[in-house]
Amino acid sequence: MNVIIGLEIHCQLSTKTKLFCGCSTDYRDEGPNTHVCPVCLGLPGAMPRLNRGTVDYALRVAKALNLTVLDESVFSRKNYFYPDLPKGYQITMYDKPLAERGWLEIEADDGTPKRIGITRIHLEEDPGRLVHKTGRDRAGYSLIDYNRSGIPLIEIVTDPDLRSPKEARRFLNKLRATLEYLSVFDGEREGAIRVDANISLEGHNRVECKNISSYKGVEKALTFEITRQKNLIRRGVHIVRETRHFQEGRGITTSSRSKEEENDYRYFPEPDLLPLRVADWVEGIVLPELPDARRERFLRQYDISENHARTLTGDIRIAEFYEAVALAGAQLAATWVADTLLGELAYRSMQIDRIPADHFANLITLLTEGRITDRAGVEVLRHLLDACREGREPEMPVDIVARENLGKAEGDEFADIVASVVRANPDAVADYVSGKEGALNFLVGMAMKETRGRADPKDLNRRIRTHIEEERG
Amino acid sequence: MAGTFTFDAPDRWNAFLYRQETVRYGDGALQGLPVAIKDNISTAGLPTTCGSRILEGYVPPYDAHVVTLLKAAGAGIVGKTNMDEFGMGTTTENSAYGPTANPADPGRVPGGSSGGSAAAVAGGLVPAALGSDTGGSIRCPAAFCGIVGLKPTYSRVSRYGLIAYSNTLEQIGPLAATVSDVSRVMAVIAGHDRRDSTSADRPYTHTPSAEIRGTRVGVPAEFFGEGVDDAVGERVRDAIAVLEHLGAEIVPCTMPSMAFALAAYYVTCTSEASSNLARFDGVRYGPAVDTKKQWHAAFRELRGDRFGKEVQRRIMLGTFALSAGYYGKYYAKAQVARKAVRDDFTRVLSDVDVIAGPTMPTTAWRLGEKSDPLSMYLSDILTVPANLAGVPAISVPCGTINGLPAGLQIIGRHFEDEQVVDVAYAYEQEVLR
Ligand SMILES: [Zn+2]
Repeated sequence: MNVIIGLEIHCQLSTKTKLFCGCSTDYRDEGPNTHVCPVCLGLPGAMPRLNRGTVDYALRVAKALNLTVLDESVFSRKNYFYPDLPKGYQITMYDKPLAERGWLEIEADDGTPKRIGITRIHLEEDPGRLVHKTGRDRAGYSLIDYNRSGIPLIEIVTDPDLRSPKEARRFLNKLRATLEYLSVFDGEREGAIRVDANISLEGHNRVECKNISSYKGVEKALTFEITRQKNLIRRGVHIVRETRHFQEGRGITTSSRSKEEENDYRYFPEPDLLPLRVADWVEGIVLPELPDARRERFLRQYDISENHARTLTGDIRIAEFYEAVALAGAQLAATWVADTLLGELAYRSMQIDRIPADHFANLITLLTEGRITDRAGVEVLRHLLDACREGREPEMPVDIVARENLGKAEGDEFADIVASVVRANPDAVADYVSGKEGALNFLVGMAMKETRGRADPKDLNRRIRTHIEEERG
Repeated sequence: MAGTFTFDAPDRWNAFLYRQETVRYGDGALQGLPVAIKDNISTAGLPTTCGSRILEGYVPPYDAHVVTLLKAAGAGIVGKTNMDEFGMGTTTENSAYGPTANPADPGRVPGGSSGGSAAAVAGGLVPAALGSDTGGSIRCPAAFCGIVGLKPTYSRVSRYGLIAYSNTLEQIGPLAATVSDVSRVMAVIAGHDRRDSTSADRPYTHTPSAEIRGTRVGVPAEFFGEGVDDAVGERVRDAIAVLEHLGAEIVPCTMPSMAFALAAYYVTCTSEASSNLARFDGVRYGPAVDTKKQWHAAFRELRGDRFGKEVQRRIMLGTFALSAGYYGKYYAKAQVARKAVRDDFTRVLSDVDVIAGPTMPTTAWRLGEKSDPLSMYLSDILTVPANLAGVPAISVPCGTINGLPAGLQIIGRHFEDEQVVDVAYAYEQEVLR
């Protein structure tokens, strides 16, 4: 059964000020209702004034996603009552969005490139935020924080071109990367993205899953929906066309057919804003290098693998970091960033921008010059990451190596260790002599342990064989 | 020199909802001029209720742009004037705080919705006041009370801080006893304001001139049609004859779009109002309610309780007109009709310089006399066309009928507020002489 998925993605544009007023969008770590003014509080008499910067940001997105900007876009009012909505309506775009008909290329499930159509994009304001509290009488109460009110959002609507939850996830990753390359979006911000996913099984009704707030959540919600819908169909139950809510914590969707949500939004043009005529601006926009172009360049310029190039360009922070350390050895740096660093970061829930590039470059230099082993390299890296995570001034890898004595052995520093390992494991030696190659690995492992990883396993392997042969005469 | 004055004249007409006793004023063109402000214009630190219980106790933290300008010009803000709730009415009887009486005859309505501002001026409490005009709300009370009121060209005066009733129709404008004073206040409040995206960069620096020789004055037949009181028509014809005597050329004309102006007006203003008034849900404004009900139920009850009947009626009408399946039939169609009105004005005003006619079809009626909303709506027929078209219009007193004032309305081209002021001024100077 074919799966048909379309997404509506609301992304917070990373402008300094809100969509219709001069309030700062950066309210992190600040008290509730500290970034507000008559406009974003929706005070009677206050009027919206469009922030030109948000239009510029949105047009960059339109251009990058190959959309056609309309000659005239119109802000409309979407009327509904909700306590977090200070004016009783949201200013958004309705029948005349900012731009229409574009595409973004992703990798399909079979690995081939695939274009996902973009139906439209438009600008809109975010409402405030409700904070529910439990009162003493158990009834509870709600507080409203308007710091978010008026935050600029761009809504990106895709055609129903996605065919699996994994594809949807890949699309979102690619979209996020693209928006971050455009410097219009910060995916790390709280509430940066919200997704409504439309999903149907071919020949059956469409279901909308609303308010998914993470990339993982989208994949989970869709996977859950497919299973749920397939089960219903198997049992001969009709799929109702409905809106469902994704419960992030439980990983399930639940029906939300309450009367309050059957809204007639009574859209009409926002009378306090003029129609937007910005199609001409698009020409003047110079796009930065986008993920696909950067990947191609990495392949050419650094001669690294397709896989590494993809990983390194999938996030602008990683790409920037890689380019800052590539001089120390492009291929080694690619391996160490893509295969080692990212894993170590994920393990520590750290962001790559916490790592000073010159320190990491120094590590790559040590590895390139053969002054430390891979294993010692990992140890040095962990020292470095732990220092960064704990907020300590990180030492240069070359100093860590010296202090921790992690440098590759010079001359016969390991001769004693080899001799003692051979002496202490006569059975393994006997096995090796009798032709069991595996026994040698055991001995090498024992020796590695004694050297605390400073030795090159190949070197140890050679030394142990030589030692045994010399002993046998 | 900046300073203070005491404002304690007795208000026998319930013109004010809130008064300052000690009024501060500054230096400038309007130094020390006492000005009253309609209660739908935001004033920092002064209650602003729009004549509604739903905004009881609301004190804006900011000044409307026009108030900032008045203060900067040295005017003293004496208080807030009574009005039909949210501007919805033609008599000021729809105020939650009781009706305002007409100083010309305290048994009669002052007109509306800026009835408090007009009564404050007509009663001699202040030389000038600000009103707002969505469908005649400045001109109607000016005519009924026997003073001058100007509805400027749409976009010429910033609406920032004016609590919206119908954004595409309304304008803030001055009311005063004389055309000169109206013009003086207009010079202060007009001009560009970047906080109002619809505002135009067209300042007003005019000094009225009584020289109107050669001015072509169009007189549409529809302004003297059915529903227009004969005596009113007569006074206005006399006034037009005075203009002719002063050298103006009188040109009969027609405005067929008047036939659907009222319908277009009421659909537009109720639609916009239904959205504008949605924010009054009892969460942020008005006295807190102690309720254990769910939010939706609580605010539904509160809106039913605190909005007046006329406001509820218009919210219902507007909500209906915007709803799915009816938008095209009503709101969208009203915009088409509106364009026809605008085109009619453009056509007529390409031939003549101004249009003249009565401001209101009748003189002021008795308090409580009209209770049927439809007949009330019909009395707006001569004022709403200027709002639909966005053109400037002024009402200047043109005599009385049984002691009740009648108003001559002069309507001009977009951004030619100066021209309507001059024609009104020429008439006023001639009859004063
Ligand atoms: Zn703000």
